[in-house]
Amino acid sequence: MKWLLKGARVVDPANGVDGQFDVLIDGDRIVQVGRDLPEALAADGSVVRLAPRLVICPGFIDMHVHLREPGQEHKETVATGVLSAVTGGFTAVACMPNTRPVNDSAGVTQLILQKAREANLARVYPIGAVSRGQKGEELADIAELHTAGCVAVTDDGLPISTALLARRALEYTRMFGMPVIEHCEDQSLKGEGCAHEGPVAASLGLKGIPGAAEAITAGRDILLAEMTGGHVHIAHMSAWTTLEAVRQGKSRGVRVTAEVCPHHFTLTDDLLAAPVPYDTDTKMNPPLREARDRDAMLAGIADGSVDVIATDHAPHHADEKNVEFDKAPFGIVGLETAVPICLDRLVGAGVIGLPRLVEMMSVNPARILNVQGGSLVPGAVADITILDPDLRVTIDRAALKSKSKNTPYHGWTFTGGVAATIVGGRVVFGNQAAGWPAEAR
Amino acid sequence: METVVPATALSQRHLLGIAELTPAEILLILDTAVAMKEVGQRAIKKVPTLRGQTVANLFFEPSTRTRTSFEVAEKRLSADTLSIAVSTSSVVKGETLIDTVHNIEAMSPSMIVLRHASSGAAHLLSRVCRARIINAGDGMHEHPTQALLDAFTIREKKGRLAGLKVAIIGDLLHSRVLRSNVLLLTRLGAEVWVCGPATLIPAGLEHLGVHVTTRVEEAVADADAVMMLRIQLERMQGHFFPSLREYFLLFGLTEERLALARPDCLVMHPGPINRGVEIASDVADGPQSVILEQVANGIAVRMAVLFLLAGGVEHEMVA
Repeated sequence: MKWLLKGARVVDPANGVDGQFDVLIDGDRIVQVGRDLPEALAADGSVVRLAPRLVICPGFIDMHVHLREPGQEHKETVATGVLSAVTGGFTAVACMPNTRPVNDSAGVTQLILQKAREANLARVYPIGAVSRGQKGEELADIAELHTAGCVAVTDDGLPISTALLARRALEYTRMFGMPVIEHCEDQSLKGEGCAHEGPVAASLGLKGIPGAAEAITAGRDILLAEMTGGHVHIAHMSAWTTLEAVRQGKSRGVRVTAEVCPHHFTLTDDLLAAPVPYDTDTKMNPPLREARDRDAMLAGIADGSVDVIATDHAPHHADEKNVEFDKAPFGIVGLETAVPICLDRLVGAGVIGLPRLVEMMSVNPARILNVQGGSLVPGAVADITILDPDLRVTIDRAALKSKSKNTPYHGWTFTGGVAATIVGGRVVFGNQAAGWPAEAR
Repeated sequence: METVVPATALSQRHLLGIAELTPAEILLILDTAVAMKEVGQRAIKKVPTLRGQTVANLFFEPSTRTRTSFEVAEKRLSADTLSIAVSTSSVVKGETLIDTVHNIEAMSPSMIVLRHASSGAAHLLSRVCRARIINAGDGMHEHPTQALLDAFTIREKKGRLAGLKVAIIGDLLHSRVLRSNVLLLTRLGAEVWVCGPATLIPAGLEHLGVHVTTRVEEAVADADAVMMLRIQLERMQGHFFPSLREYFLLFGLTEERLALARPDCLVMHPGPINRGVEIASDVADGPQSVILEQVANGIAVRMAVLFLLAGGVEHEMVA
């Protein structure tokens, strides 16, 4: 049955589209995008009239999410994770392999995909391990993972243990067109560090993780990508020196892409000291860094050096976070806060325009992972995120759909939010506060 | 800066660190400690101030000096004391710090003295406990009563803190004594020099308003007080320095180096000392050493902190 989204702005940078257009959907596909499409194209009563301020985008894809299933279902499950995703405006997520057991076999990949089908909300793209058990000793069965549905490999949570293993992974994945996603962190420099190495850690008495720990591994892998022709994707970039390495790699034509998380372009390590000293919801890896690093991430977003905004959604149970800072696990949830933060701090603040945001949150993740989406051309899958740039959103920990509530943004107010999330032509989230009609499907 | 008028009471419920104290509050504690020291010099070293109150000393890290100092201070104030040494290895697996302390709190202590290996542990408990928390050392963060007793000792000997040059030498990276002393001494107008191997200087230390040097002679020159920090013998495993011998050659406090300081320069150490590692024996035992007086003053300062946090005002003690 055909239905029509009418009256809003369409931002579809992959096709150079930005303007007031209507979108006609049939089943799970986009049929037509055009100006003032006749209502008669849709079945009776199947016209959703939207305010002109609302923005129709190709569905957002978060390529860095921890769904915790199997093994840590007290933190999150595939079902709660995808509910959190669609509430946050994401039509698809790629989930990290550091589950228990590790996603290093077709069995685990299939389990995740089965749970995702049962939940039937956001699409889920599993990411497999680079090394068996993420132990850094031998390659996992990457062809098997690819066949089972994995779209990339990573040892995220840890860097690939050695330059040799990273080299082999970059070479081997070329056969499948998959990127190697790298968690850049020299383990000897990280040591027992739990905060960015700098004045704040010094005054709080916390062991430091220097920015160089990230840049060294990024530099290593960019050189190896250059040597092998493989594709390295730098996860959760946080240090200005890493960004410099990425820029240099790109300028030499290396197949390197990079993602930044919202917390790394909005927050600094000052938040560890005040207003709540040693708040474990400010502890993540990589850590919140200094103003110079945060500003560099904003500059990289503005000048195109940053390819992707991803959340590194890392749910942890309150019991695990309510401990001494150095004993708390790293990570914060991000799926439901990313869109408001990006609309407010990037678009609203004038750092970038909406097309560039859509590139980083939809077009580029789809391209890097080689999955559908990122485009609203006729025939494309009808995965759509509808934004309300004017919506006032106050983050309320208790209202999060994620099973875990570990966010440093509780109580923060942003301008910009999600009006609706459509996956395969099906409305899986609609927000009446943003003017999404209650009666719309 | 000692023209600052002492406060009449502490504004905080807890003593989490020097960072939370104003200069006026620091002076209040130091002045109160003067009266407390007098109590310790009486034939009967006991006053009824904290009678009927229970103070729990909760030590998650081994400590002899600080724990006994608090115990003596509490007993001199007539508090009922409860000392629990929790070896972290014996903590029942799964019980969190907060749960452990809630169990102690069920015994209704009015104050908890906490020593813990994690920076911020006292802050964490202050958010969940009814009892008042006294930080007796949290990880690499703060050890406020040590800094207060150091300041008390310097002020007693020199009559002031403002304008004095104080050198602090040793492991600056891992030392909570350093952080508390820097905060306190700079707040009261002392000129603070810190010195140690480049590997043991935390990034950004200079932002705390101190002079940072790796040349011990520069730190010691014309100093009014020199504080030596204990070198943890296990630091060599982190590649911080190659050997104790080389450490002593570069940073040990010797008679020759002490001669660069003012003739009446105080030699201080929070203890326990490593003879021949950070300090030569003849200096530690020499006429300028006030190391044992620091221990004695620790009791007076801790009495003052307990008394003020219990809501006392100074004139009650004098009377």
